[in-house]
Amino acid sequence: MPVVIVDGKEIEIGAQERLNGIQVAQRAGAEVPHYCWHPGLSVVASCRMCLVECGQKDAATGKIAMQPRLVPACQTPAKEGTVFVTNSQKVIDARAMVEEDLLLRHPVDCPICDKAGECSLQDYHFEYGRDQRRADIQPFSSRRRELGDTVTLFVDRCVMCTRCVRFTREISGTNELMVINRGAHEEIDVFRNDAGELQFPLDNKMSGNVCDLCPVGALGDKDFLYKQRVWFMKSHDNVCAGCSTGCSIKVEENQDHIYRLKPRENPHVNQWWMCDDGRYGWKHVHDEGRQIDLRRKSTTASNGSYTNLDWHALPAELEKSLTAAGKLGVVLSPHLTVEEAFLLVSYIRRLDPQAIVAMGPIPVEGTDEKFKNGFTIHAEKCPNRRGVDAVAANFAGKVIDWNEFLTEHASSLGGVWISGGYKTNWNDAAAVEKLSGVKTLIVQDCFASPLWDAATYQVPGGTFAEREGSYVNFNDRLQSFRWAIRAPAGVLVEGQLFWQLAGRSGLYQAKQVLAEAAREIPFFAPALSGVHELGVDLKVNQLAAAGAPQPAVATT
Amino acid sequence: MKTVADFEPVLLANIGKPDSWTRRGYEAYGGYEAVRKVIGKLAPKDVAETVKSSGLRGRGGAGFPTGLKWTFLPPNHPGPIYFCLNADESEPGTFNNRVLMELDPHQVLEGMMISCYATNCKTAYYYMRCEYPLAYKRTLAAIQECYDAGYLGKNIFGTDYSLDIHLHRGAGAYICGEETGLIESLEGKRAWPRIKPPFPAVEGAFRKPTVVNNVETAACVKQIFDRGVEWFKSIGVPPDPNNPRDAGSYGPKLYCLSGHINKPGCYEAPLGITVTELIDRYGGGIWKGRKAKACIPGGISMGILKADEFHCPLDFNGPGKFGCLGLGTAAVVVMDETVQMVDYLMNSARFFSHESCGQCTPCREGTSWATRLLTRIKAGKGRLKDLDLLAEIGDTIGIMPGTTICGLADGAAWPLKNTLKKYRGELEEYIKKTNPDGWAETKPVPALKLLSIH
Repeated sequence: MPVVIVDGKEIEIGAQERLNGIQVAQRAGAEVPHYCWHPGLSVVASCRMCLVECGQKDAATGKIAMQPRLVPACQTPAKEGTVFVTNSQKVIDARAMVEEDLLLRHPVDCPICDKAGECSLQDYHFEYGRDQRRADIQPFSSRRRELGDTVTLFVDRCVMCTRCVRFTREISGTNELMVINRGAHEEIDVFRNDAGELQFPLDNKMSGNVCDLCPVGALGDKDFLYKQRVWFMKSHDNVCAGCSTGCSIKVEENQDHIYRLKPRENPHVNQWWMCDDGRYGWKHVHDEGRQIDLRRKSTTASNGSYTNLDWHALPAELEKSLTAAGKLGVVLSPHLTVEEAFLLVSYIRRLDPQAIVAMGPIPVEGTDEKFKNGFTIHAEKCPNRRGVDAVAANFAGKVIDWNEFLTEHASSLGGVWISGGYKTNWNDAAAVEKLSGVKTLIVQDCFASPLWDAATYQVPGGTFAEREGSYVNFNDRLQSFRWAIRAPAGVLVEGQLFWQLAGRSGLYQAKQVLAEAAREIPFFAPALSGVHELGVDLKVNQLAAAGAPQPAVATT
Repeated sequence: MKTVADFEPVLLANIGKPDSWTRRGYEAYGGYEAVRKVIGKLAPKDVAETVKSSGLRGRGGAGFPTGLKWTFLPPNHPGPIYFCLNADESEPGTFNNRVLMELDPHQVLEGMMISCYATNCKTAYYYMRCEYPLAYKRTLAAIQECYDAGYLGKNIFGTDYSLDIHLHRGAGAYICGEETGLIESLEGKRAWPRIKPPFPAVEGAFRKPTVVNNVETAACVKQIFDRGVEWFKSIGVPPDPNNPRDAGSYGPKLYCLSGHINKPGCYEAPLGITVTELIDRYGGGIWKGRKAKACIPGGISMGILKADEFHCPLDFNGPGKFGCLGLGTAAVVVMDETVQMVDYLMNSARFFSHESCGQCTPCREGTSWATRLLTRIKAGKGRLKDLDLLAEIGDTIGIMPGTTICGLADGAAWPLKNTLKKYRGELEEYIKKTNPDGWAETKPVPALKLLSIH
């Protein structure tokens, strides 16, 4: 194993690992500040913030020969005997120099900058910069311009790290961004016509990532701009429910109000990125049209009006009503987590061991969109079809789809539980018609729909940010997450409700349910040994079952 | 060693003769004889070895041994290997390549053919700056003449060696002269210098091994095969025995004399000629009977020599002994006693901040900061502490090793550092005179509206 020396500390790295100075220093517990380097982008070594001293240890004599010049750590590979010094006076001086240079034309307007609190320039300046500003001439002129519908540029806050330009060239492959002018006059811009109007705006479906990439306050996300100071928000690990890619994300909220979603690094799923559909696809969580009242259709009033019901009374009442209804059926939404689907179908099968288990409609929009680096936005706009499929197949053998359920089974059923959770209206009057003979129709959803209006019990449900559990993405990677915000008052999230229906006391324990599911359903067996924050590859188990050679490293 | 007195110019020998820029004119004076002696007759390896043994150092500014540079190409590479002729001459004060390209383009092409043969290159790019329309016209015509005569294209000079030369015009940026900037520009991109390694010899134009040589270097290669290694080594200065890094400075050199002298122009002289000799023998002395105050030994990025340092030998090792960066392009700009150093400094800083490619923070911001400071000093708002700041900027943008990708920052830093050292007294006087009430001030000075750099 190659040994690299960082600040006198010997660090062993993998024989096949290709690490640079920044990465190897990180392992040694030393921070090498950087702006232009990003692990997902090509190396340009232009910001010069990561300058370190570098040398080579002679294996035979043990002597260390240092290079006379400083080297950018981002561009220097760590090999056997490479020596990095990240804390010498020379390095400290170089960092102070770069910081001072960057602040020449960069306004120190942290109080009004949207990036304050998460800005590298701010952090590094305090950490490595000079305590005094010596450049007392023409500090800045505040300018802002639009790059597209989602992103705005604060020109004078830019430090020209060109991460955003490289992103559009290397990741999205859309090439909208470029550097105009030269030297101290250079700026990031998009192509404009002679009148300065946007000709080719930044409008690709991954554009929001450039705001995350920007190490300073230059690129602002218009959706988030001036909505919240970052230090007021709490960040929760979560999984995007926008499509079957299942990007690892962070939900950032304050007082149960989501302000933004951000990608969370996951080399197996989304690397550092997420698409704009997912990024801005949380607005329905706070939609005014969300249903928050648990209601039961009045049996006495002739106009079919609803009366509110208490959640405490629901388990007993449902059990009574469903038991009396006759043959049962359950429709599992692909928006349910594995645990919720498992609990729900267990509950229904307990009441009627022959209950029909069906899959809710799978929302599909267009075709898969693939970007230059391979990132794919899937057409299947639900997060957990694979997981729910596996649960349903375990209980019912064959998974019945929504259309088959309506046409062949609905008319014979006395009680049906339909779970929803879709962002948009997903059913119509024809579905209502097919289910008109059902005595006890339970519809659990976030928004009203024809089926909701026809339901015997209207059960409000939670959204992705309020749920807890696991999703299985298109590639059989299971990722678990906890709730990020509490559901609106009046709503009992699916997991908690099903937990109560199962007769269990206390708070819903998703981990416990997943373990039960993993013991019962071989598909989920790899989750038994715990779910890493990057998820668990369920394919490993399938390959083993099929006798196929297992991949050494689980990849996407 | 040949002295200045018995030196016979060879690089400029054809210039002034009728039709020196046409093939007929060139061949009338022995043109294309060297290449005939080489292609098909000598092995490429031997050609490279000959150049290596001649001690030829690149004339583009850095003075790196040419033959050694060729040996950095990966051996037995399946190809293609590219050759780029760096004709993007943009250093202020420098016009030696221009003279060759306008008046003797075939000499350059012949040297290029030999160099390409030595490096096994079959496709060469002639990267010329766009500000040279006559050079472009004549080089283009010369290339066409070579194709018509079978000197370029398939099986040149009846041998089985083929070579194509493409003439490429730059769009006007100093940084295109930096070899990796040139390659980027050639590839159709913004001329941002590349981080090294990989060096161009390993991965250059279109990600293939590439040699980048200067126009004058190519002309010297031609002369070496015309007159022999012994002749070449008989001109110039042998290595300094006290400096193990000095590889000697051999061969003839084109010196561009400009500034306050009676006869500015491009002159050929042996390497090692002193500034005084150059000015007196070729330049006709300082104009209007004035006294010399200073000179730039090799383009403004090299720093400055004071009048009492004019005995400095102009070889690759000489100006370094007098606090300059090096010989550079050997473009000597002479300043007479009327010149104010603050003007020289401001102009050089303004040039570099205008031409900085903007990639590296210290260069992009440092050159701009220096320009602003100097503009303010020039405008009569200077303070003594500004000079300290300028010296520090000079140190940090270039002299602190490794702070930038390419050498432009070094070039920008040297005039600052060097002038502040040699003319600090004058600069202090200027500040005290133009800002009598505030020169000692340490409080911030209000921003000036005229501080726009361009």
